[in-house]
Amino acid sequence: MPGILLLNLSVALPELFLAAAGLGILLLGVFVGERSSFRAVSWTTFGALGVTFAIVVWWGYSDSVIAFGGLFRADAFGVFMKGLVLVGSMAALVLSLDYFEREGVARFEFPVLVLFATVGMMIMVSANDLMTLYLGLELQSLSLYVVAAIRRDNAKSTEAGLKYFVLGALSSGMLLYGASLIYGFSGTTDFDGIAQTFGLQKSTPIGVIFGLVFVIAGLAFKVAAVPFHMWTPDVYEGSPTPVTAFFAAAPKVAAISLFIRVLIGPFGDLLAQWQQVIVVISIASMVLGALAAIWQTNFKRLLAYSSIGHMGYALIGLATGTESGITGIVIYMAIYVVMSLGTFACVIAMRQRGTAIENIEDLAGLAQTRPGMALAIAVFMFSMAGIPPLAGFFGKLYVFLAAIDAQLYLLAVIGVLTSVIGAYYYLRVVKVMYFDEPTVTFDPMSRGVAAVTGLTTALILLFFIWPSAVVTGAAGAAAALFSG
Amino acid sequence: MTGVPILTIVTFLPLVGALFIIIQRGAPELVARQSRIIALWTSLITFLVSVLLWIYFDSSTARFQFEEQVEWIPAFRITYHAGIDGISLFFVLLSTLLTPICVLASWEAIHHRVKEYMVSFLVLETMMVGMFCALDFITFYVFFEGVLIPMFLIIGVWGHDRRVYAAFKFFLYTLTVSVLMLLAILAIYLQVLTTDIPTVMSTRLAPELQRWLWLAFLASFAVKVPMWPVHTWLPDAHVEAPTAGSVILAGVLLKMGGYGFLRFSIPMLPEASQYFTPLIFALSIVAIIYTSLVALAQDNMKKLIAYSSVAHMGIVTMGTFTFNQQGIQGAIFTMLSHGIVSAALFLCVGVAYDRMHTLMIDRYGGLVYRMPIYAFVFMVFTLASVGLPGTSGFVGELLSLVGAFQVSTWVAFLATTGIILGAAYMLWLYRRVIFGKLVKDDLKTIFDLTPREIAVFAPLVVLAFWMGIYPSSFLTPMSASVANLIEQYESAVSARVLPVPAVTVAER
Repeated sequence: MPGILLLNLSVALPELFLAAAGLGILLLGVFVGERSSFRAVSWTTFGALGVTFAIVVWWGYSDSVIAFGGLFRADAFGVFMKGLVLVGSMAALVLSLDYFEREGVARFEFPVLVLFATVGMMIMVSANDLMTLYLGLELQSLSLYVVAAIRRDNAKSTEAGLKYFVLGALSSGMLLYGASLIYGFSGTTDFDGIAQTFGLQKSTPIGVIFGLVFVIAGLAFKVAAVPFHMWTPDVYEGSPTPVTAFFAAAPKVAAISLFIRVLIGPFGDLLAQWQQVIVVISIASMVLGALAAIWQTNFKRLLAYSSIGHMGYALIGLATGTESGITGIVIYMAIYVVMSLGTFACVIAMRQRGTAIENIEDLAGLAQTRPGMALAIAVFMFSMAGIPPLAGFFGKLYVFLAAIDAQLYLLAVIGVLTSVIGAYYYLRVVKVMYFDEPTVTFDPMSRGVAAVTGLTTALILLFFIWPSAVVTGAAGAAAALFSG
Repeated sequence: MTGVPILTIVTFLPLVGALFIIIQRGAPELVARQSRIIALWTSLITFLVSVLLWIYFDSSTARFQFEEQVEWIPAFRITYHAGIDGISLFFVLLSTLLTPICVLASWEAIHHRVKEYMVSFLVLETMMVGMFCALDFITFYVFFEGVLIPMFLIIGVWGHDRRVYAAFKFFLYTLTVSVLMLLAILAIYLQVLTTDIPTVMSTRLAPELQRWLWLAFLASFAVKVPMWPVHTWLPDAHVEAPTAGSVILAGVLLKMGGYGFLRFSIPMLPEASQYFTPLIFALSIVAIIYTSLVALAQDNMKKLIAYSSVAHMGIVTMGTFTFNQQGIQGAIFTMLSHGIVSAALFLCVGVAYDRMHTLMIDRYGGLVYRMPIYAFVFMVFTLASVGLPGTSGFVGELLSLVGAFQVSTWVAFLATTGIILGAAYMLWLYRRVIFGKLVKDDLKTIFDLTPREIAVFAPLVVLAFWMGIYPSSFLTPMSASVANLIEQYESAVSARVLPVPAVTVAER
C-alpha cells in the first residue's frame, strides 16, 4: 500500500486527464471517419484542453507537492506555466480550424497530436527527475516532428519536419549524454538528490560541468537559442502557419520552464558554472535575432528571428539566477505567448483569393484596406519592440531590472541596444502597413482568427491598466522555485 | 478642488475623444468631418480643464499639488503617481493649448486619413500631459516613450517626400538613448527601492554612481532637447513632418529634454550636475553659435526654424545649469516662449506651404503686398524669436543671460553673440519671404489668412505679448518651486564640501 500512496496520483491529475482524453479523442476520430471528423475532433480537443486548464488553475497544487516517488513536482510555478502552455495550445487549435480546411489538409490527427504534445509539455514543466525530463521532452518532440510535416504532399512542410526531426534528435542525444554524465557523477537522477550531492561539494568535478553543458545545449536547441537556432527559420517558414503559431508559443514556454527547473533546481548551487554559458547564449541570441531579421522579406522568417531574439531576452532572467530574474522570465514568457499568437493569427489572415501569402511587402497599405488588422499588427510590432505602454515593454522592464540587480550590466546594456536594432525591423513592418500604398486586398478573416486577434490585441494594448494580475502570479511562481 | 482627480482627467480626456473618433462609421467625408469636430472639442475641453489647474494653483508653495497616487504594480512598489509643481504646470498648459491649435491648423491641410490623424494627435496629447504630470519613474517612462508611437505615425503617414527616412531617424535616435535612461532608472530603483520621484529626490545617491546615471540621463535628454551634436534628427523631422507635427515637435516635445534636466538631473543627481556643468556650458555655447551660423545658410524655411530651435534650446540648457533663480526661471520661460513662438513660426510656414506647396525661401518674396495680415503675424513672431523687448522671447533670454553672467561672464558673452546671429537669420528670413518685389507669377494670386487661420494665430499673438509685457503671471507660480530646487541643490553640493561622510542610500 505505501507504494500506491507514494504515487500520489491526484498531483498529476491534469496530465492524467488530458492523456486519457487524448486516447478517447483518437478513438472518436477513427470512428467518425477521416474527412468529417476534423472539426468535431478539434472542438473536443479544445474542450479537453479547456477542462485541463480549469483543473490546473482552480484545483492545481500551488504548494510544492511531489508525486510518483519524486519524479514529478507540482507547484505554483507549474500552475502558471501549464496555464500558459494550455492557452497556447488552445489558441493554436482555434487558428488551425479554418486554415486546414481551406488548405485541404484537415486531418483529425492534428488536434490529437497537439494534445499529446501538450501532455508532453506539461510533464516537462513538472519534471523533477532527469528521466521525467526526457520522457516529457520526447513526447512533445515526437508529436511536433509529425505536426511540422502535416502537409505531407508539400515539399517545404516535409522539409521542415525532417529538418526539425534530424536536428531535434541530435539535440535530444546531447541532452541524454549530458544527463548520463550527471547521473554518473551524482549517482541519482532525482533533482533534489542532485542538488544535495553538488550542494555539499566544494569543487565541481569537470565531468559534471561537461554534462551540464550538454544538457544546456540540448535545452537551448528546444528554445531555439543561438547557436542552436538554425532549424527555426526553416521550420517556421515551412510549417503550415497555425503549426508555426503553435511552435512559437506553447513549446517555447515548456522548454523555458524546463530550462528554469533544471538550472535553478538541481544546479542552483552551480550558478557560477552555468551563468556565463547562459550569458553568452543570451547575448548571441539577442544580437542574431536583431541583426538577421533586418534582411528578411518573409514575415514568418522575420518572426522566427524575432523569436530567437525574444528567447535571448527571456534568458537574461535565467542568467541572473535570482528570484527576480525568474519572475522576469515568467512575465516575459506570458507576454511573449500572447504577442506571438496574435501576430501569427494575423499572418494566417494574410490570404488573397484563397492562397496564403507571407511576404512583408504584401502588407502594404493595410492600414487603409483593413484598419483593424493593421492596428493589431502594429500593436504587436510595437510591443515586440518594447515600446511602452504596450505589454512587451513590461516584459523587458522586469528582465532588465533583474539583470541590473544581479550586476550583469553588460548583458543589460547589450539587451537594450539590440532592442533598438530590433525596433528597426518591427518599425519596417509598421512602415509598410501605414506609410505605403495598398497593393493587395486580403480575404475576410475567419471568425476564429478574428477572435484570437481581437483578444490578444486587447490584452497587449490594455496590459498596462492592470499589470499586477500577471506580475503577482509570476512572482508567486518564481517564489515557489526558491522556497524549497 | 480636493477629491477630483483633475490631473488624471486632463491626461486621459483626449483618449476618450480618440475612442469616440475610432467608433465613427459611415461615408469617408462624414467621418473626416466628425473626426475633426470631435478632436477639436475634446482638445478644447481638455484645455479648459487644464486652465483650472492654473487658477487653483497655489503659488506660495514648492510642494507638488493636485497629487494623486494609486497602486499600480504593488509587487515592485510602482505606483501611478501624478502631481504638478511650478515647473511642470506651464508645460501641461502648453501641451493642452497647442493641441487644439494643431487640430485647427490641420483642418484643411489634412484631407487624407483624417480619422487616424486626429486619433494620433489625441493620443499624443495624453502622452505629453501624462509625462509632465508623472511623479513615478515608470509612469514617466511609459509616457515619455509612448510619445514616439503617435509621432512616428504623424511624420511617416502625413509627412512630405522623405518622410520614411525622417520618421525612422526620429524614432530610432530617440529610442536608443531612452533605453539608456531606462537602465539608469532601474539602477536608481535598485538603490532606493522605489520609483516614486519625490522620494528619490530626497535621497542622496553616492557621487560616483551619480555620474554614470547623470550621463545616461544626459544622453536621453540631450537628444530630446536637442543639444549639439545630437541635434541632427531635428531638421529632418521638422522638414518632413506635416505642419501640425512640427508645431508639436517644436512646441512640446523639445521641452521634454529641458524638463528632464530640471526634474531628474539636478534634484536627484546634484553633485554630478555640478561636476558636469562645464560640459553643458560648452555644448550650449557651441549649439548657440554653430547652429545659428548653420541657420543663416539654410534655403528651406522649416530647416531654418529648426536650427533656430536648437540655438534657443542652447540658451535653455545654459540657463538651467546656472543654478540661480534668474537662470533657471529664464530657462523655463525661454522654453515656454519658444513653445509659443516656434510653434507659431511653423504655423506661419505651414500657411505659406498650404498655398504654394514649397518650403524653399527663394520661391517666395513680396508677400506683404498680397497678405498684409499674414505679414503682421509673421513679424510679431519673428521679433519674438529675436527677443525684442515687449515680446515673450526677451524676458526668457534676458533672465537666462543675467543668470549666466553671475556664473561666468565668458559664457554670457558668447551666448549673446548667438542672440545677435539669431536676429540676423530671422530678420533675413523675414526680408526674403515677406518684403522685396512681388515678381513671381504664382504668388500674384495668393490670398491672405482665412478666418480659421486667424483663429489659430490669435491666441498665440496674445500670449507672445502677454508673456512679454506682464511676465509675472508666469514667473510667480514657478518661483517657489525653482527656489526650492536651488536650495536643495545648494545644500547637497555644500554638504559634500564639508567633511561629512557622504550619506549613502538605505541599506538593502
